[in-house]
Amino acid sequence: MTAATDYTLAELCIVAASQAFADDGEVLATGIGVVPRLAASLAMKTSNTDLMMTDSEAWMLSEPNPLGPRPADFVPSTESWMGFSRIFDNVWSGKRHAMLGPTQIDRFGQSNTSALGGTYQKPKTMMLGARGFPGNSISHPNSFFVPAHNTRVFMDGECDFVSSIGYNPARLPKGHNLDDVDIRLVITDLCVMDFGGPDHQIRLVSLHPGVTAEEVQDNTGYPVHIPADVPVTAAPTQEQLAIIAALDPHNQRAHQIKDNPPGNRS
Amino acid sequence: MNKQMTAAQVVAQLKDGMTIGIGGWGPRRKPMALVREILRSDLKDLTIVAYGGADVGMLCAAGKVKKVVFAFVSLDFIPLEPYFRQARQSGAIEVMEIDEGMMLLGLRAASWGIPFIPTEVGLGTDIVKQNPDIKVIDSPYDDKEWVAMPALKLDVSLIHVDKADVRGVCQIAGPDFYMDDWFARAASKTFVSCDELVETEYFHDPAQARLVHWERSMTTGVVPIAGGAHPSSCSPLYGFDIPHFKAYAASAKEDTGFQGYCDKFLGASEEEYQKNVGGVDAIRAIELPTY
Repeated sequence: MTAATDYTLAELCIVAASQAFADDGEVLATGIGVVPRLAASLAMKTSNTDLMMTDSEAWMLSEPNPLGPRPADFVPSTESWMGFSRIFDNVWSGKRHAMLGPTQIDRFGQSNTSALGGTYQKPKTMMLGARGFPGNSISHPNSFFVPAHNTRVFMDGECDFVSSIGYNPARLPKGHNLDDVDIRLVITDLCVMDFGGPDHQIRLVSLHPGVTAEEVQDNTGYPVHIPADVPVTAAPTQEQLAIIAALDPHNQRAHQIKDNPPGNRS
Repeated sequence: MNKQMTAAQVVAQLKDGMTIGIGGWGPRRKPMALVREILRSDLKDLTIVAYGGADVGMLCAAGKVKKVVFAFVSLDFIPLEPYFRQARQSGAIEVMEIDEGMMLLGLRAASWGIPFIPTEVGLGTDIVKQNPDIKVIDSPYDDKEWVAMPALKLDVSLIHVDKADVRGVCQIAGPDFYMDDWFARAASKTFVSCDELVETEYFHDPAQARLVHWERSMTTGVVPIAGGAHPSSCSPLYGFDIPHFKAYAASAKEDTGFQGYCDKFLGASEEEYQKNVGGVDAIRAIELPTY
């Protein structure tokens, strides 16, 4: 395993995000968006070959599909049917780990995919809606990918609309405890974080090469727990880069982070 | 029983203020020809229940909608539905915003004739805060609280399928039938448009019968309309019309807005509409999306 010296920030994020799935065992990995999908696919090819995955439509695959248009003679490794209604049976069983990119993530790990500003009756900016976030967040582990780490995403105060449950004692349902909520990794263009600080405070796990803890704090609208020794996010290996390139032959990953910067910015 | 009818006959059975479920998912297999027939009518004050796409956006833009029950409204490759967005941002519509799975539970409860289904989905989120009509209840079996997802009873469901016979046996051969079976069951009346009308003998092949997802007693009327899902997809027959959706989304930024879109495409009938979008052969030639 040779560490690469020439890799993009998107590739670094894919490799870092794939770690989220490494110890999951036999669960459905759902990565929505190019980076999360490649992260889940890379994990399925390397660190956790027991993972399950769909084709993002209605079939389970024993091998992840490459992204984008595929040759006419391409045969997907279909292993079972998995239409949307069956997805919910899987979600509610808990045997799933989703990685998604909400518009806001507050200090409790609550997220927003629905509406910004104004009032609920008349929001300033209507977005997607709650989608499956409420069910995902209370049923199974979830991770987040944020391509632009800033104080609009990691904002002061509570989300304008809380789509997913987080570690907020004021909203804790009766009979539940905060440990029932399972937010795993938060991967951004600056760093990797989790909610493993004191009382589920957001915590810095690793810094991408050339990024400082101050930069992370300055771009986060609430205090980040910063341990004494924060490692640098591990560079991709040549083997990992080769697998990513094969999974993403049209290089969609180059368009996921603004200006497609190099992974090492020091 | 011969259930064949026209889109106009379907719309004649709809009344102001009805709750209407619409099958499909986002830009996929929506009964758009039936939606267009509603656009041409003077129906109003509808409550729409859907995994929404342009069906919801167009009905909102045309002022047909009082309330939308939704988990998302999206065209997928255009994430934000332009006219649903306008309707929300101008405060023009009431909403019941729920989780995707909660909608499935609400349809199941309505189908089974029970008032609610307990679930933990929605707890701790603004779903329960913004929907005072969705109750959180104690369990008789444990010490936790649970969301009592109410039955989503539908007056009518509108669904598009690939093939059907005149007796209401409906086939969806595409990879996913979404929640259409539950929409069919949750409604007092279900009207189905089909891309192709077939003889009953077609279903004598078990491989074809296996792709029938609800029994014909749930189907009230069958409307043959080739290409009737356009601009949404009807896999495996055709994909969604990306240039058309782009033009639709762009119209929301123009001064003429949705009226401009309608003037260009809607027409006085489905025949006129199909002529305006290049004809049924062009619809059937649209490539399927790659996910």
